[in-house]
Amino acid sequence: MKRKFLIVLPILFLVALAALLARGLQSDPRHLESTRIGRPAPVIVLTTLDGQSFDSRTLTGQVWLLNVFASWCSACVIEHPALLQLASQQRMPLVGLAYKDKIDDTRGWLFERGNPYSSVPVDLDGRIGIEYGVYGVPETFVIDAAGIVRLRHAGPIDNKFLAQLEAILAEQGEKK
Amino acid sequence: MNDPVSQQSGIMPEHHERLRQLSTELRCLVCQNQSIAESNAGLAVDLRQQALEQIQAGKSDADIRSYMVERYGEFILYKPAYSASNAVLWGGPFLLLALVLVLLVRGLRRRNRAVATEALTADAGDVLRRAKLEERYRRESHD
Repeated sequence: MKRKFLIVLPILFLVALAALLARGLQSDPRHLESTRIGRPAPVIVLTTLDGQSFDSRTLTGQVWLLNVFASWCSACVIEHPALLQLASQQRMPLVGLAYKDKIDDTRGWLFERGNPYSSVPVDLDGRIGIEYGVYGVPETFVIDAAGIVRLRHAGPIDNKFLAQLEAILAEQGEKK
Repeated sequence: MNDPVSQQSGIMPEHHERLRQLSTELRCLVCQNQSIAESNAGLAVDLRQQALEQIQAGKSDADIRSYMVERYGEFILYKPAYSASNAVLWGGPFLLLALVLVLLVRGLRRRNRAVATEALTADAGDVLRRAKLEERYRRESHD
């Protein structure tokens, strides 16, 4: 009995290892967990596209969206209609962080495609991007009423993201 | 080798050396198989700049590493940290080696014992055969 078990053990180990490696193959190496989730969102104090001052602390008390975008970002075009639709529902502030972009280019891009954002703070040198751990645009963060980062989505927003956003909104709504 | 770090000018030599060392330890997240020392990707350039500024501000290498990890996660480090969650990563191979050694020693011992018992049974057989022979001899001498 014991001997049999000892023979089966390495086989079981191998199968487990193969399963683990197979799972590793399927996971996307570009998908990185954000270290910011569950922690306070870094404060953003920047000038906006129209020259106003922006301080993210003024948004505390409500759920808000931070969308990192740039006119040079081709994937941003893909998610733009979804953002416009989200903006038309007017359920939360939609902050668009203009990430490492020329101001005129950002302006032109938004003028051409429509501006979904309630404000567009300009992150010329990408410092706020670094604070949020942004490694590519677009990236979208959901920050809750307590100022905690609840969700981070890298790449164009999709239905999965929207469903997660709904869940957070529902939960936050119940709290009130 | 492509070395963008040396292209940055106006840096004190010792700062430069530290920046070079530190940036080889940090993974470029956009181009994941390069360090930020080798890459000219926008983010790599920005992170090098961050690191340089912090070196110039007198921060230690450990400070700068934890600054990066806080923002980008441990994935940014080419060499994983010695932490509890990485215990399996660092200790696993040694544990496996120890396990295999234990199994090997036990297996060899068992085999030795088996050989010893075999020798014993052979002796017992001899005794038995001898007893049979003696028995037969006695019977034959009776007749």
